[in-house]
Amino acid sequence: MKVRLAYSKVGKIRFLGHLDMAHLWERAFRKANLGVAVSAGFTPRPKVSFGLALPTAGESLVEVLDVVLDPAPSAERELDDLAPRLSAVMPAGVEVTGAWVAGPQSIQEDVVATTWVLAIDRDAEDTATRVAALVAAPEFWIERERKGERRRDDIRPGIFELRTDFDPSVLPADWRSAVSASALVEAVVTTSGRGVRPTELVDALFPGDEPWNVMSRVIRTHQWIERTDAPCAPFSVRARKELPHEQRIAVG
Amino acid sequence: MTSLWSRVEPLLARVRKPARYIGCEDGAIEPRHGQGKVAWLLAYPDVYEVGLPNQGLQILYEILNERPDAVAERTYAPWVDLEALMRERGIPLFSVDAHRAAGDFDVIAFNLSAELVYTNVLNMLDLGGIPVHTARREPSDPVVVVGGHAAFNPEPLADFIDAAVLGEGEEVVGEINDVVRAWKASGRTSREGLWRELARIPGVYVPSLYDVVYEGERTVSVTPRFADVPATVTKRTISDLAQWDYPRRPLAPLTEVVHDRLAVEVFRGCTRGCRFCQAGMITRPVRERPAEQVRTMITRGLERTGYNEVSLTSLSTADFSGIEDVVSSIVPDPTACGAPTVSLPSLRVDAFTVGLAAKVASGRRSGLTFAPEAGTWRLRTVINKLITEADLYGAVESAFANGWSRTKLYFLTGLPTETDDDTRGIAELAAGCVAIGKKYTSRASVTVSLGGFVPKAHTPFQWFGQNGVDELQRKINLVRGAASRGVQVKWHDPRASLAEGLASRGDRRVGRVIERVWRNGGTFQEWSEFFDLDRWLDAAAAEGLPVEWFTTRHRTEDEILPWQHLSAGLHRDFLWDDWRAALDEHGLPDCRWTPCYDCGVCTGDGLEHVVASPVPPAGGSQGTGQDLARGGEVPVVVRL
Repeated sequence: MKVRLAYSKVGKIRFLGHLDMAHLWERAFRKANLGVAVSAGFTPRPKVSFGLALPTAGESLVEVLDVVLDPAPSAERELDDLAPRLSAVMPAGVEVTGAWVAGPQSIQEDVVATTWVLAIDRDAEDTATRVAALVAAPEFWIERERKGERRRDDIRPGIFELRTDFDPSVLPADWRSAVSASALVEAVVTTSGRGVRPTELVDALFPGDEPWNVMSRVIRTHQWIERTDAPCAPFSVRARKELPHEQRIAVG
Repeated sequence: MTSLWSRVEPLLARVRKPARYIGCEDGAIEPRHGQGKVAWLLAYPDVYEVGLPNQGLQILYEILNERPDAVAERTYAPWVDLEALMRERGIPLFSVDAHRAAGDFDVIAFNLSAELVYTNVLNMLDLGGIPVHTARREPSDPVVVVGGHAAFNPEPLADFIDAAVLGEGEEVVGEINDVVRAWKASGRTSREGLWRELARIPGVYVPSLYDVVYEGERTVSVTPRFADVPATVTKRTISDLAQWDYPRRPLAPLTEVVHDRLAVEVFRGCTRGCRFCQAGMITRPVRERPAEQVRTMITRGLERTGYNEVSLTSLSTADFSGIEDVVSSIVPDPTACGAPTVSLPSLRVDAFTVGLAAKVASGRRSGLTFAPEAGTWRLRTVINKLITEADLYGAVESAFANGWSRTKLYFLTGLPTETDDDTRGIAELAAGCVAIGKKYTSRASVTVSLGGFVPKAHTPFQWFGQNGVDELQRKINLVRGAASRGVQVKWHDPRASLAEGLASRGDRRVGRVIERVWRNGGTFQEWSEFFDLDRWLDAAAAEGLPVEWFTTRHRTEDEILPWQHLSAGLHRDFLWDDWRAALDEHGLPDCRWTPCYDCGVCTGDGLEHVVASPVPPAGGSQGTGQDLARGGEVPVVVRL
């Protein structure tokens, strides 16, 4: 049975990379004594697939993975039990927040956009001005590496929303207090294709500065699933509203 | 005594592999510091991925934390990127457990698995704000201790350490803890007072309490400065491995490390008697862990860590009595997640062993490694690695027959009496292995890995003058030139072997070279991207020390070796006779299954082999039952 798990990754554990995290999950299923189906073939691999890679040092309230459990959970109660069982064997900072039977689509196909909150260690007013300028810009070209090649990309169409005035109540209290001196920026960006990374946003807002000198923390607060064909126009509030609420993978 | 985390945290997004610095591993113990406790910082002077799996460090971490009067944390050498940021901001070396500053600990204990890490030891002390020179330390500074295999000749580090521990640490750490605790309680009076107390502990060597006199290059005397300081310090050995079933909570790291699997030590010591092998000489006698305990440690360890791979560790693991039973009892125990894979990292060279490895290996049969060490039987009798060509070919045949398509052969070059025929014999053996492989797969390939031989203290070859850089390179080229199709030759940098030789058999004066290399930026010398022999040669020249004298020169029988006042339990006469026997191509059988030849370890320390089986293991000849009475002519004379 393919089960979709949502989990958070906050605190020290954010410094663990995506690949290491994948290995950790394999060990966690074994520690929790949960059977995972393996692929056929000479080198059997456990059937676990991960969603969007979370950049190392980035945090998240909504990470997702699909795992084929074998034997399958036999009852609703067993499915509900997965979250506490797995949270108990994962390191501090990783908490499984939900488990449900997954549909046939892969996570990668499902997720079209993601929301980040960036803690910017710069003057709040200046940050707001820069955010407004980027929002107003029709295009924004950056140089970045893709499959080992330097190339210039316009990232502006991939930025759906960018703002400093938003409701921060979804953020964990200790996270908010850790960044109390920072200006917070919320961004909704595309995850299709190459996507737009938080460090690229910072680079666009504060060109020339080392992004991790400007941004002390960054946390993913939503992943958006869209199954309609409605296009997401840049900064269209309407577009975000079109992402149906019940299809958000969200916590809290 | 506060945590440095808030200062370290902002740097971590900017460095490579930041998970090296966060702790949080499975099995990590939350440190509880407090009054009346001795705080230990267990330090590994190389990067986290290399240091974390170290079993010695993990064992001591647990044993110390179990004591009510001790607390232990761990640290590893920060990679150069983080070090630069730390130095820029004045952040000292910290523990990965609670991110506590190195200077806040009472004891810093370094695990020395190799010699080229010595510059990292100095760097870590300096980064910790601790004076690198023992003489400059105040009573408030941490006590700097070293242990591990390389600590059997700690003389090159004499100026930088308070004490070196010889041998196994399980028991002696407690005794050191008692002394340091008492010293703390008495108000940390002079360091010399502490040294005197430490020197009373068997196995603990305090270099500052000895006067060493040199005449020209030679050591003429090593004399204790006080009557109660022992003239000879002898290693510590635990008599019964069954009493030390550690680690009980193995550390399973979050990030990938070099040995990313559960490790269970099945025995300690090895009496195969390979004359080049320091580990085999200094860890005697053989002490096996009871098979039942091995099984329990495997089951519990896998449950705790979630690993599905276990490595049975020891020297020459297939020598464990009843290895087959232990291994097969793990395999047919399929849990919900499939049967665990068993790896035997130290394979004996014979078909039996390969059959065993095949039984337990996972689906991917990537490569199998054997260590014949020398290219001809003649040279193998010199080094006492008594495997025949038939053993090797049998092993390789079995490997290819069992589905492996690549094998790797480890050889040493620059061995005593080695002729060009011996060197070329390496390529011939490899060609023979390829020919066998071709019978099974057209993809058959054999990799030859060549290491330049570096003689080590407390071995029969401690008197041997190692080959210089040019000679080693010439031999490497000989093998490369003679290598046939299907044979790939890889080699260790001969320049690194020379620096390793200097640090391995150096005396106290070599410490000045190490310090100079470090001050000139030479850290991470085990890493080819940072190693630079010129830095070592320039430093030695600046200190007026001839590198050849320490490395390529044969020592004489009457010479006082810099480590002569330190003992691994081996009689000097035994080592010398074994050296002579080597030159005579005279093999020596394994004393586990043949009468004692009195190397000194068991008799001197009231120890015995702990071996479950009274007969040699099934498999190849391995020197057992062979006619080793007398070899042939000595074709090369080593002038002594």
